[in-house]
Amino acid sequence: MKESYGVRLPGLELDDLVGKLIVLEGTDGVGRSTQIRLLKEWLEQQGHAVLDTGLTRSGLVGKGIKRAKEGHTLGRITLSLFYATDFADRLENEIVPALRAGFVVLTDRYIYSLMARSMVRGLDPVWVRNIHRFAPKPDAIFYLRIGVEELIPRAVFSRGFDYWESGMDLYSTEDMYDSFRKYQTALLDQFDRLAEEFNFEVIDARPEPRVIFEQLKAGIDRILSPAAARAASTVPAVPSEAGEEMIIEEVSEERRKRA
Amino acid sequence: MKRYGDHRIPGRLFVVEGIDGSGKSTQLMLLHQWLKAEGYGVVFSEWNSSPLVKDTTKRGKKKQLLTPATFSLIHATDFADRTERNIIPLLKAGAVVLCDRYIYTAFARDASRGMDAEWIRELYGFAVKPTVAFYFRVPLEVAMKRINDARAGFKYYEAGMDLGLSDDPNESFRLFQGRILEEYDKMIPEFGLTVIDATLPIETQQQEMRLMVLAKLTQAKQLRVAP
Repeated sequence: MKESYGVRLPGLELDDLVGKLIVLEGTDGVGRSTQIRLLKEWLEQQGHAVLDTGLTRSGLVGKGIKRAKEGHTLGRITLSLFYATDFADRLENEIVPALRAGFVVLTDRYIYSLMARSMVRGLDPVWVRNIHRFAPKPDAIFYLRIGVEELIPRAVFSRGFDYWESGMDLYSTEDMYDSFRKYQTALLDQFDRLAEEFNFEVIDARPEPRVIFEQLKAGIDRILSPAAARAASTVPAVPSEAGEEMIIEEVSEERRKRA
Repeated sequence: MKRYGDHRIPGRLFVVEGIDGSGKSTQLMLLHQWLKAEGYGVVFSEWNSSPLVKDTTKRGKKKQLLTPATFSLIHATDFADRTERNIIPLLKAGAVVLCDRYIYTAFARDASRGMDAEWIRELYGFAVKPTVAFYFRVPLEVAMKRINDARAGFKYYEAGMDLGLSDDPNESFRLFQGRILEEYDKMIPEFGLTVIDATLPIETQQQEMRLMVLAKLTQAKQLRVAP
């Protein structure tokens, strides 16, 4: 049911994955985690099992990355590969098993954030894309978009400037504010390009969270409803052979379309 | 980001490759001693030794958490750290850098674990192309005898036990290293590896190696001298 961006990992089948993979992308401080929390609750109320996941949470390397970042000594190629390792670990141990079991997987960032960060740091776009080619293509990618002008007050008044989110490894001679501005502008530029290339659904992240939530719900409904309708029709009140045949036809029709 | 073959740096990079028990580490150690005695500024870099990444790799191996994909990526991460913080700056400074195992080890192992060969090559696209890459070719039986004589048993990943080829470590090692040998053979023409017959006497191999290294050093103008 799912396919990767061109590279198959040994032992990791994707064609039997029945769940839905939904990605929330966007720069730092744009409100992704709030939305994930709201969406998870809503989806569970609807009867969907949900796995929410994000970057650097893998059992294998999550801690290693955090520790290495504290020292601020990672090179840009090393950092990209460390993140890719973390992603592969979560993909194999969390995301794919959940999708196989029919979960809705909500992921806070995906390979696109990793690519954008690496490219802002001047790494070869071809190389960066290749590293992540084993990732399954999501069912939907929602991009919460915001301009750098709106982003700055959020950083100033909520969490302060973070070393990495300000790209201080790139512009170490600047102060945090100038660096943040430059870095996030470059990042937004990369996101805009990726949005086109990978068909993001762009959502304006300036309105209040409720408004964004409604838009996301509508988008996710579109992905879930055809499947929901089909699932409902497979449990007819009185099972009939004719009904079953119809369903099989429907499914193979679907397969033909995909092929 | 400079790619394989694009780096123009004054130093010289010599790497040794081969399966476990091929004797490559011994040969590199002898080369190291000689270069030091000759007065070159020479630095040794080992596979899988980045201080930042080592703990993660160690834990992954000990708890057997690694799949072919994460095995491949964590080793690439380790190699990237050594390349960025060690190998490239040293070569820029005009050092002679010696590596025990290089990207060809990853290509051979990862392909033997079923990873996409082209993908791995691109993954390591940032590596500096060695001045000479020596490949110590040895028949599997000879290598196995040497290892068995030297220590008891094989390690889990070294024997490819994660692939489930056989429950017997000896048999698994034989099958896995056999695959790796095939991969190395394919890489000889692909990357222009310099083949050394690792069944010859140690002295003879070292002699061959020193002649080739010397030829590359005399062409170089700005090599650093040992402090």
